[in-house]
Amino acid sequence: MSSSAAATFSSLNAIPPPPSSFSSPANDKLFSSSFPAASPFLGSSHKPRSCVLSAPSPGRRSHAPVVAATAPNAIKEKLAQSPASSSNLLITKEEGLVLYEDMVLGRSFEDMCAQMYYRGKMFGFVHLYNGQEAVSTGFIKLLKQEDTVVSTYRDHVHALSKGVPAREVMSELFGKTTGCCRGQGGSMHMFSKEHNLIGGFAFIGEGIPVATGAAFTSKYKREVLKQADCDHVTVAFFGDGTCNNGQFFECLNMAALWKLPIIFVVENNLWAIGMSHLRATSDPEIWKKGPAFGMPGFHIDGMDVLKVREVAKEAIGRARRGEGPTLVECETYRFRGHSLADPDELRDPAEKARYAARDPVTALKKYMIENKLATEAELKVIDKRIDEVVEDSVEFADESPVPARSQLLENVFADPKGFGIGPDGKYRCEDPKFTEGTAQV
Amino acid sequence: MLGIVRRKVCAKGLPVTVPGETLRFFRPVVHALRNYSSAAKELTVREALNSALDEEMSADPKVFLMGEEVGEYQGAYKISKGLLDKYGPDRVLDTPITEAGFTGIGVGAAYYGLKPVVEFMTFNFSMQAIDHIINSAAKSNYMSAGQINVPIVFRGPNGAAAGVGAQHSQCYAAWYASCPGLKVLSPYSSEDARGLLKAAIRDPDPVVFLENELLYGESFPVSAEALDSSFCLPIGKAKIEREGKDVTITAFSKMVGHALKAADILAKDGISAEVINLRSIRPLDRATINASVRKTNRLVTVEEGFPQHGVGAEICTSVVEESFGYLDAPVERIAGADVPMPYAANLERMAVPQVEDIVRAAKRACYRSVPLAAAA
Repeated sequence: MSSSAAATFSSLNAIPPPPSSFSSPANDKLFSSSFPAASPFLGSSHKPRSCVLSAPSPGRRSHAPVVAATAPNAIKEKLAQSPASSSNLLITKEEGLVLYEDMVLGRSFEDMCAQMYYRGKMFGFVHLYNGQEAVSTGFIKLLKQEDTVVSTYRDHVHALSKGVPAREVMSELFGKTTGCCRGQGGSMHMFSKEHNLIGGFAFIGEGIPVATGAAFTSKYKREVLKQADCDHVTVAFFGDGTCNNGQFFECLNMAALWKLPIIFVVENNLWAIGMSHLRATSDPEIWKKGPAFGMPGFHIDGMDVLKVREVAKEAIGRARRGEGPTLVECETYRFRGHSLADPDELRDPAEKARYAARDPVTALKKYMIENKLATEAELKVIDKRIDEVVEDSVEFADESPVPARSQLLENVFADPKGFGIGPDGKYRCEDPKFTEGTAQV
Repeated sequence: MLGIVRRKVCAKGLPVTVPGETLRFFRPVVHALRNYSSAAKELTVREALNSALDEEMSADPKVFLMGEEVGEYQGAYKISKGLLDKYGPDRVLDTPITEAGFTGIGVGAAYYGLKPVVEFMTFNFSMQAIDHIINSAAKSNYMSAGQINVPIVFRGPNGAAAGVGAQHSQCYAAWYASCPGLKVLSPYSSEDARGLLKAAIRDPDPVVFLENELLYGESFPVSAEALDSSFCLPIGKAKIEREGKDVTITAFSKMVGHALKAADILAKDGISAEVINLRSIRPLDRATINASVRKTNRLVTVEEGFPQHGVGAEICTSVVEESFGYLDAPVERIAGADVPMPYAANLERMAVPQVEDIVRAAKRACYRSVPLAAAA
């Protein structure tokens, strides 16, 4: 079984374009048994499912022969053995601690956000990431500072993973001038030029073309501007609801057409506010949409940071080598409602309990302790440290000043002459009283 | 070369400038040592745009053009003729028909310092991409507090053409000009087209550049300095095309031509009209408009788009707010008819302002203060 599959992997490094045969009726039959209408989408499969471009032989689920890029055979075997542990360790102790710390930071930060919101310190729309940390940590911790991350409104943890200090994110949420966007962006619009986090977009699907543009720039810099070492990749995060949006498909097309260095990461948490993914989508298997456009599609368990990390390495490596885009569907779950204003009445408590049992943070903790990568005490030290970081960020945000009145008119234009010419014939922005009264503008 | 020096404006504060110095950057370059013959060369608007694109692309390798049919087809209206051969497919990109997608890609590239020129086949199609123009381009510098500016240009034909029906004839000047964070330009003559497009491409902010299909083939004389490759016009400054003292007529794009013809007709009736070519819809040159109205005491605004919430509405309000005491007659507003553009040629003619409409409005503005009895 493995040997025949192994034969097809010999050409893994030079990935041929996928053949034109797409999912066939046999394929549908294979998967239809795994999602009866009423039960959770695709169940809690622990085996990574990769794009099957030719009809698989019946009865072989996770080891179906594949043609284009898939998770390398060795990894599949490792991961297939049991849910969250394997005999060959996938991470070193240092890596494990980094991953753990990042996920705990994400979790604690979001929990603190909820507290602050209910105390009135944070306002507007706040969308929390609890439960999905494995996806953010799994991908972003493999990136360099120069690589780009584009997110949606559920962007606090992406910002933290990418390196934006917790203080700046918390201040931004409080609307203080020390925030990463000086309080002008807010929860849904986190930008950091230094860390190459370019949003933070409220409209779903809006970030995908922008991310594709960032990837385009990377390629342009290499090929037109002749910066030969520019191998920056872009990771675009978005949800299951976005995968029904036109811009998603437009960008899959163009990214594959122009072989852009981008990874499209679907954080499929099965719910778009109150709309179940199964009710909204004709074919709920999003990873299949990748091969339809000529790129590999992966489906992985997004509650397991190690699995995410392995596939992320694959996809990022592909992009860096110039082999083009990848679509990765991470099946994950958000423990809280869509936003803090969402009463979250439509989701089945049994479903929530099932996913809560697969909490990515506790899973990694268990993995590390069982495999002797760290002791409970060491991990507790990290927990405590993170608590202090988060509390410090709240204190910092509390003590920071609100934006000055003059900040209202700043940064509308990079060139403020864009405000035009005043009655005295000079540019408005040159008037020293420009920012004092808004009526003149 | 007295080139255009781009000043990096500090994002966290306002620039301190020496009065008068800043305007020098944008005045057309005058080479005192060279002699140019004053016999003007004629250039069509199409050639003007093409040469502007060509020169900007050659000066800065970060400038690239993308849109439908801009490459092999040489441009849907031949504006980008020859550019593919000169710069190759890496810099002149034929896109699939996905406005939202490729506009977003342009914005993402602009976030990272490239300078895309995104062409819409007509601005009607920009509605499919308007989320990116407004939300990810116009608002980004503000939302990121100055970290990320977007040096992108969106250009294409705007407004009514001839017999193309309702979905291809809308004027988007008012829509885009109401959005902070955008600059909206609308040239009339070839000199306008060249200077404003060059300024737009060099500008660090998103610029919506509204051309007019019917003007592409029109020829205008251009001065020698306009042909210089560093020629640039200031954004936010209107041009007084024709001086006058009785009534101010403001217009942009094709309507400037109509206004000038109307001014000729009015001159025969003893009314000296001052015609202002707005050039820049956002920022609007309120200073020039108000100064002109304070001189003539009467205002007629002309535009092709729908009347409600249009450019004329903004100009009239600006004048009423700032120069009310100077007005001798109510402000007159001429716009397209408040209907989707009909197809039949005679109806279309009625739906777009004609020269006679401008003449009539100007006369109304001039005689309004005379009681009817005395006129009889």
